[in-house]
Amino acid sequence: MTGVGIAGESISTKSTPKSDSSLSRSPHSSIFQTKMRPLDEDETKAVFEKLFKFTGNNLKNIVENPSYEGPGSNPSRYCFRINKNKVYYVSESLVKRATNVARNNLVSLGTCIGKYTHGGSFHLTVQSLSLLAANAKHKVWLKPTSEMAFLYGNHVLKGGLGRITENIAPGDGVVVFSMSDVPLGFGISAKSTQDCRKLDPNGIVVLHQADIGEYLRMEDEL
Amino acid sequence: MGASKKKDGAKSQKSAPKKKQKNELFVVKDAVAKEDDLSDHSDSLNEEVLEHASKKKGGANSQKSAPKKKQKNELFVVKDSIAKEDDLSDHSDSLNEEVLENASKKKGGAKSQKSAPKKKQKKEIFVVKDAIAKEDDLSDHSDSMNEEELSEDEEFDGDEQDFGSDSDIFSDGDDPLANDFLQGSDDEEKGLGSDLDSDSNSDSDSDSEGSDIEKKSRAIDAEKAREEEEAGEEMQLNIKEESDEFRLPTKEELEEEAHRPPDLSNLQRRIREIIRVLSNFKALRQEGTARKDYVEQLKKDLSSYYGYNEFLIGALVEMFPVVELLELIEAFEKPRPICLRTNTLKTRRRDLADILINRGVNLDPLSKWSKVGLVVYDSQVPVGATPEYMAGFYMLQSASSFLPVMALAPQEKERIVDVAAAPGGKTTYIAALMKNSGIIFANEMKAPRLKSLTANLHRMGVTNTVVCNYDGRELPKVFRNSADRVLLDAPCSGTGVISKDESVKNTKSLDEIQKCAYLQKQLILAAIDMVDANSKSGGYLVYSTCSIMVAENEAVIDYALKKRNVKLVSCGLDFGRPGFIRFREQRFHPSLEKTRRFYPHVHNMDGFFVAKLKKMNNSKPAPETSEPSETVEQGSMTNESGSGENTEELMDGTTTENKVLKNGSIENGKKETLAFSKNRKKRKFPSREVISKEREEKRRALREQKVVGKRS
Repeated sequence: MTGVGIAGESISTKSTPKSDSSLSRSPHSSIFQTKMRPLDEDETKAVFEKLFKFTGNNLKNIVENPSYEGPGSNPSRYCFRINKNKVYYVSESLVKRATNVARNNLVSLGTCIGKYTHGGSFHLTVQSLSLLAANAKHKVWLKPTSEMAFLYGNHVLKGGLGRITENIAPGDGVVVFSMSDVPLGFGISAKSTQDCRKLDPNGIVVLHQADIGEYLRMEDEL
Repeated sequence: MGASKKKDGAKSQKSAPKKKQKNELFVVKDAVAKEDDLSDHSDSLNEEVLEHASKKKGGANSQKSAPKKKQKNELFVVKDSIAKEDDLSDHSDSLNEEVLENASKKKGGAKSQKSAPKKKQKKEIFVVKDAIAKEDDLSDHSDSMNEEELSEDEEFDGDEQDFGSDSDIFSDGDDPLANDFLQGSDDEEKGLGSDLDSDSNSDSDSDSEGSDIEKKSRAIDAEKAREEEEAGEEMQLNIKEESDEFRLPTKEELEEEAHRPPDLSNLQRRIREIIRVLSNFKALRQEGTARKDYVEQLKKDLSSYYGYNEFLIGALVEMFPVVELLELIEAFEKPRPICLRTNTLKTRRRDLADILINRGVNLDPLSKWSKVGLVVYDSQVPVGATPEYMAGFYMLQSASSFLPVMALAPQEKERIVDVAAAPGGKTTYIAALMKNSGIIFANEMKAPRLKSLTANLHRMGVTNTVVCNYDGRELPKVFRNSADRVLLDAPCSGTGVISKDESVKNTKSLDEIQKCAYLQKQLILAAIDMVDANSKSGGYLVYSTCSIMVAENEAVIDYALKKRNVKLVSCGLDFGRPGFIRFREQRFHPSLEKTRRFYPHVHNMDGFFVAKLKKMNNSKPAPETSEPSETVEQGSMTNESGSGENTEELMDGTTTENKVLKNGSIENGKKETLAFSKNRKKRKFPSREVISKEREEKRRALREQKVVGKRS
């Protein structure tokens, strides 16, 4: 099993051919990915880029996390698989056993972390929150009064900010927590930490990307 | 003063002013007695009083405690008169005022209280006042009093109609008074008359009064007793009439009822009556009607009152005794309390309870049999939309849904298959119990429900699950003999969750139940085929439904026992009711008493059924259609993972034969423990052994022949 580098090397942990000739095309025509398969190079790069925004160097943790899933007693590794435009972060032992399931009938494995849009770009979804929250570099804590506002899909305003980690640059991935350290969602920072201090209370600090309220609001679209 | 004490003893105590009055009146009584020459006045007074009384005589009701009251009134009257006779003008004036005050107080009391006696007292006092006033020769006073009395009487008229009856008594009471204090009256006022006599007669009022009081009280008691007797008789008569009258409605009555809109209270009454009769049938039955007629009528009433269709009511009547049936139906009308299950992957029950209580949810731990359940009584915030819910700290789930997972008892690092997983409450519970180790295959046939299943899995932080979309009956092709445990929460008719879905009451028919049962039988066989009998830690299947119909529960399990090598084991849920071993004409395997049934009226959760099966052997028993036993054996043997031998190996050497025999005997042992197994199985074992023995013998015979041949 080859390790996975942060720079986005291709993952090949199994002997299954990476490209199923009838099906593999460029990741941008991802509509045709119906079979569960490992990510190809471009896809891997895209996924890791997005993850890197949130985790920085902790990306290593994500990839090398020992997993206790699967019936064996030795911990195995996690890997990424793509199935019908959704990218899953799943333990290898699970993957091995999921091959029994026909591709048309397989719906989900492990944790879905994001999906490819029709345009071919990759977006992280709220289901990756637990993974991101464990390895987040940049965090923001919300006051209790503005929790609900964020859970409805609004951006984080300066007035709702409780705490913020240092050294946030604009455009960084930020994970949003409540004051009791419950992860609420994530987004992209609009301002650096320094600028935040000078902002007026209605200024946007974090642009909303995903939040746990989506489990109720947009269950169908997940 | 002694007299007053006695008086107090004789009667219930009254307010202080009244007592004072009594004292004064007592004294006055004497004086009054001497006022014989005022008889003229008293006559006229009497007439006036009578007039007043007649006005109010309108409402003459039978009053049961009349004598008592009258006596009281009379006494008061007497006292009053006496009191006023004491100090003609001054006393009387003051007394009058006092009486007026008291009367007004009493008036106020009367308005709030409905007790007749007090009113009568007031009236009496007023009336007497009048008499006394006139006797005082203070015509002005009397006139004014009269006027006052009139006005007050009018007020009284306006107030209560009881005054009419009061006046009746008053008039009676007044008569002896007015006419002749000393005359005894033969009617109810006997006691009073004697009292008056005694009072008027002697100075020793206290003594005579005492004895009179005794007599009076005896008279009162006698009266009371008589009335009670009468009342009792009346009641008996009423009861008898009712019970005698409870008869089943005749056809004409039923037709009539059918034309009218349903009379709910009548139906309810009739339902309760029939149940009462049925519970004590011998004693309460109507002559000439069979039990069946009562039951038929009960069924019709229940179905029209509660909205059930005929089939369902008939099925319920067959399953439960009548009293319990009503409890069950009543329990179905009310919703069960909302429960939630703590997600132990993310939090603990105590912490979650604290957080939710802070949010304003009123909750309690579920029961002692669950460490993760909480029951919600009421809440200021929607329980299904709190940030904690969205963060996956808990799951809204009914209490009955905890049970199959508790029975399944998944261990860490096992392979679990959940055949009908959506919306994912049980699957997430399994994952929590396994602490995200091992692997769960969550299958759901209907595509629209897959979304909620995956959403719930992700929300609760479950990472060891693979979701697939198969028809449950096709699953064995994918997972043959490979799962440690399987959970089958079968799709059913839903007769146990009527409190959640009222449409079940009138849409389920025998056809639907049978269709469900057929599907469930296919599913359970498929599920059994997925279990690995030789699993180190498992080999179990849990079958559960949210239905209480025998056709979907015990019948399906019995079918599985006959068709596969499985046996029932204890569920581990000791607080349910054991399943039926026999039902009407059906007889099930005796081990079915290990299954568990749950009812809303007994356990306060939805109707539910749970059964836990252990797979003994990965082989399938031979089907009924007789295939040659050898081929069947071969087929079964290749299926067995335990026994690696082939029939060819059997042929070689005795050791293998012994092994085979051993295996065979072990298998036989296993199979023979399934004592209920049908003849075809028994036919099989002996055939196996017999065949191998035969072969061995043949081989020996051949060898001997060869040896003999060689020698020769």
